[in-house]
Amino acid sequence: MSAAPAAPGDWEPVIGLEVHCELRTATKLFCGCRNAFGDEPNTNICPVCLGLPGSLPVLNAVAVEFAMRIGTALRCDIRPSLFHRKNYFYPDMPKDYQISQFDEPINANGWLELPDGTRVGVERAHMEEDTGKTTHVGGGGRIHDARHSLVDYNRAGVPLVEIVSRPDIRSAAQARLYAEELRGILVATGASDGRMEEGSLRVDANVSVRRPDAEFGTRCEIKNLNSLRSLVRAIEYEIGRQIEVLESGGTVLQQTRHWDEDRGETGALRSKEEAFDYRYFPEPDLVRLDPDAGWRADVAASVGAMPADRRAALAALLGPEGFSAARTDQIATVVENGLDGLMTAVVEAGIGAPLALARTANEASADPQRARALDPDTYAALLRMEQDGTLSATQTKELLGELLERGGDPAELARRHGYQALAADSLVEVVDEIVAAHPEEWARYGDGDDKLTGFFTGLVMKATQGKANGKAVAAELRRRRG
Amino acid sequence: MTTARALAEQVRTGAVSATDVVERHLAAIDESDGAVHAFVLVLHEAARRRAAEIDSQVASGADPGPLAGVPVAVKDNLCTRGLPTTCCSKILDGWCPPYDATVVERLRAAGAIVVGKTNLDEFAMGSSTENSAFGPTHNPYAPDRVPGGSSGGSAAAVAAGLVPLALGSDTGGSIRQPAALCGVVGMKPTYGTVSRYGLIAFASSLDQIGPFSATVADAAALFEVIAGHDPLDSTSLDRPAPRSVESLGDGVEGLRVGVARQLVDGVAPDVGAGVRRAAEVLDGAGATVTECSIPELAYGLPAYYLLAPAEASSNLSRYDGVRYGLRVDGADVETMMRATRAAGFGAEVKRRIMLGTYALSAGYYDAYYGQAQKVRTLIINAFENAYRQFDVLLGATTPTTAFPIGDKVGDPMAMYLSDVCTVPSNLAGHPAISVPFGTDGDGLPIGVQVLAPALCEPLVFRVAAVLEASAPAVTEPVLAAATWAAP
Amino acid sequence: MTDHRLTRDDAAYVARLARIDLTEDELDLYAGQLAAVLDHAAEVAALDTAGVEPTAHPLPLKNVLRHDVPRPSLDRAEVLAQAPLVEDHRFQVPRILGEPA
Repeated sequence: MSAAPAAPGDWEPVIGLEVHCELRTATKLFCGCRNAFGDEPNTNICPVCLGLPGSLPVLNAVAVEFAMRIGTALRCDIRPSLFHRKNYFYPDMPKDYQISQFDEPINANGWLELPDGTRVGVERAHMEEDTGKTTHVGGGGRIHDARHSLVDYNRAGVPLVEIVSRPDIRSAAQARLYAEELRGILVATGASDGRMEEGSLRVDANVSVRRPDAEFGTRCEIKNLNSLRSLVRAIEYEIGRQIEVLESGGTVLQQTRHWDEDRGETGALRSKEEAFDYRYFPEPDLVRLDPDAGWRADVAASVGAMPADRRAALAALLGPEGFSAARTDQIATVVENGLDGLMTAVVEAGIGAPLALARTANEASADPQRARALDPDTYAALLRMEQDGTLSATQTKELLGELLERGGDPAELARRHGYQALAADSLVEVVDEIVAAHPEEWARYGDGDDKLTGFFTGLVMKATQGKANGKAVAAELRRRRG
Repeated sequence: MTTARALAEQVRTGAVSATDVVERHLAAIDESDGAVHAFVLVLHEAARRRAAEIDSQVASGADPGPLAGVPVAVKDNLCTRGLPTTCCSKILDGWCPPYDATVVERLRAAGAIVVGKTNLDEFAMGSSTENSAFGPTHNPYAPDRVPGGSSGGSAAAVAAGLVPLALGSDTGGSIRQPAALCGVVGMKPTYGTVSRYGLIAFASSLDQIGPFSATVADAAALFEVIAGHDPLDSTSLDRPAPRSVESLGDGVEGLRVGVARQLVDGVAPDVGAGVRRAAEVLDGAGATVTECSIPELAYGLPAYYLLAPAEASSNLSRYDGVRYGLRVDGADVETMMRATRAAGFGAEVKRRIMLGTYALSAGYYDAYYGQAQKVRTLIINAFENAYRQFDVLLGATTPTTAFPIGDKVGDPMAMYLSDVCTVPSNLAGHPAISVPFGTDGDGLPIGVQVLAPALCEPLVFRVAAVLEASAPAVTEPVLAAATWAAP
Repeated sequence: MTDHRLTRDDAAYVARLARIDLTEDELDLYAGQLAAVLDHAAEVAALDTAGVEPTAHPLPLKNVLRHDVPRPSLDRAEVLAQAPLVEDHRFQVPRILGEPA
């Protein structure tokens, strides 16, 4: 029975994410059928993945390799493991049990680091087989109103790693960061192509609310989140829903809830009265998995730098004084777009880290695919021209755009555009005009009001269509002042 | 009927044509199987085609294989591509698998000719073949009695002389017990020596495919053909099959034989007398025969009746009316599944599915399934201990001789007791064989059982060969076919 | 270890879990028969297995793996020919009411 209505406000969301990641193997987890998206229905099936009577599973070595890479990247213990049968009935399940891992998973007790340094625990990352796909006929394609359903087993048996986070996430925004970071990691290991929209990465959210420092509340599992945007919207909705229930004196029922994108709400599906009894027991058709130390070491060595490591490497280039919130975001952008190698290369060629970061994060990242193909020497040559004052910032940005679009040689491009920073005497002439046009401001500047540097520089830039070099302008103003 | 090996030799040398052999056996089946009902499907045309192929090979000088031209019957829980494979269940009536079981492929590669699929207790669950959806098989020695089960059809087919060789499956005794009741040789190999790919699963960690034959030598030959590593079966041992034919004649001089009390006490008097006579034979042949006691063996039956149904309950979930087999329509998919399984499964199968589901369910897993897995360890350890003292064990195959049809079918517990001497070998994964050893006062066959440690098939066959040589002569069954001959 | 004896309700629950419709008579019959078997099976429940590891497998095998190399799939027509009901090259089933259970 409910107590007096809970006091409003002051609720803490508690969120855990379960991410199902399809592995980029050539074949399925237990048979040699192709692991491919979008093929004609029921063309990639065999006795094993169709669960025909008499069929038996045999484990894909590359799937194990990928699972170990994921475990390594998520700092998990990689352990001897068993497969278990998870027994339940559903038309997309060819055997009406799923071969999964239960209390002896291959990876456990890991964590990942969000860009802001927060750590989220990863409880486990285990292997399991995917189910077939059901489409519903009639009723607008939704399960509730369908007349009947159709099943395609192409996806049945595709290898999955299910990554279960600890309930360390405290907001929808943080959940999104976790999902993005995890996707980056999964793509970096080579195990996944990270395509949520194709379903190769699926996210479910477990959401509950509690008073700060109280015990965890009852949680609901939210399914059918097809994008990061849905993830955020659904979590925010669910938090609000649960708070409303609790504040009006009700109790939150433990349920699986389905996110409805169009209506913008979660709803409970007509569910069974009894809790699911999966009757887990060790899969008798498979034997123990115990990768030896040599294999584990090979995998650990082959896993490249994870996004967090790469961000840290860029931060190191900037040095401790170079830290700022804006720069943290820029670093994240550079790594996310795979441009950290490029940036590091130009810094090594003598470009100042702040400048390299700014251009790479703000301009190059606008066209990441082409930027990734950009020759580091060419990029360095361009930035060098800005660094030594030959080009203004505006001019550099424009040339960079051209370089990405059409390629070429920076010095040649600059000449063709007539982009030299303004010659010294033309600069003097322009400054003359502007100073003459603004006597009052000039007087204040003369008295020592340095804030007006920007005012004058801006006017000079405008008058020269950006050709002036900002540093040169400032130097000229100071010279005049004496 | 000469032995399979003699037959193969005749075909290989061209002394006899495979076509002749097949025609004789098909005629015998057509004439006599009406009374026996060993077969649920006879493959007249396919067998004739294959025989013609074998004859061509022989004619062209190609090697047609070690079992060339030998007719073989295959239990109907083994997949035969494009041919009905029903497990004698209504739920799979008419289903034709799109692939062959590995053992069926190996039979074919050896030149053997599959002439038909044999009757079994539905999904291999039973000890009498009375649970078949297609009616029982009759014991060729007494048509009103059971042939045993679950591989009753295969046992009866060999006993009646309809085929010289047959394949069955053994999960708790389903080859050995019917072999004993029908007076033929039946053997369960070491778990993992014969591929289970294509064997429709009952209890995955216990099931093994094995041979039926009239002679020990034939059983050894068939075992060698079907055994060996299969990459399609993860539980298949990665090593070649233990060679058994070459050591058949090695005798038992100096072998230590233990007669386990638990495999003799409480059996019918004639059966017990048969075991004692068998012990004397081995003693006379130079073995040291000692009585012993392995108390843990008594726990085999209760552990088996928790483990096997548990695995079965999961293995049989796939029969849901969605992809193949029987479908009983329903307003929604759940209703359809429930109605399909209600209509498609017989009583024994339903019982075992429910038993198994219960043993695995939340709250009972530790007490039942979990505990049974530990008892399994105790039994394995007990065998290990015994095999420090002995090379092989001797005992009865099953407590009684063939019982009348209808006698035990209403009392599941009484039926389950048939398996008390056979289940320990399944739990341990060890090889064991049943050898015909005379008849009881009613003329019903008695089988004695030889057990050995894992991968000791050569020992099993060697000892069985000695027993066979001194066994009372095999009598002609009442329902003997024209192709029957004393082995 | 459990002292619980299987009841008719247990049998009904288990039949639901196993997706098998049973008549009232069948429920009575099976409940009785199963209880008898479980009584017998309870012999193992009484054994002292402290410190005994369970055997999931009689074999000492581990790490049985296969290469990630495609093998031919089945002919779709052959498979669908065995299906109870087909629409649009897919297996047709009656409407699905709830989430997987």
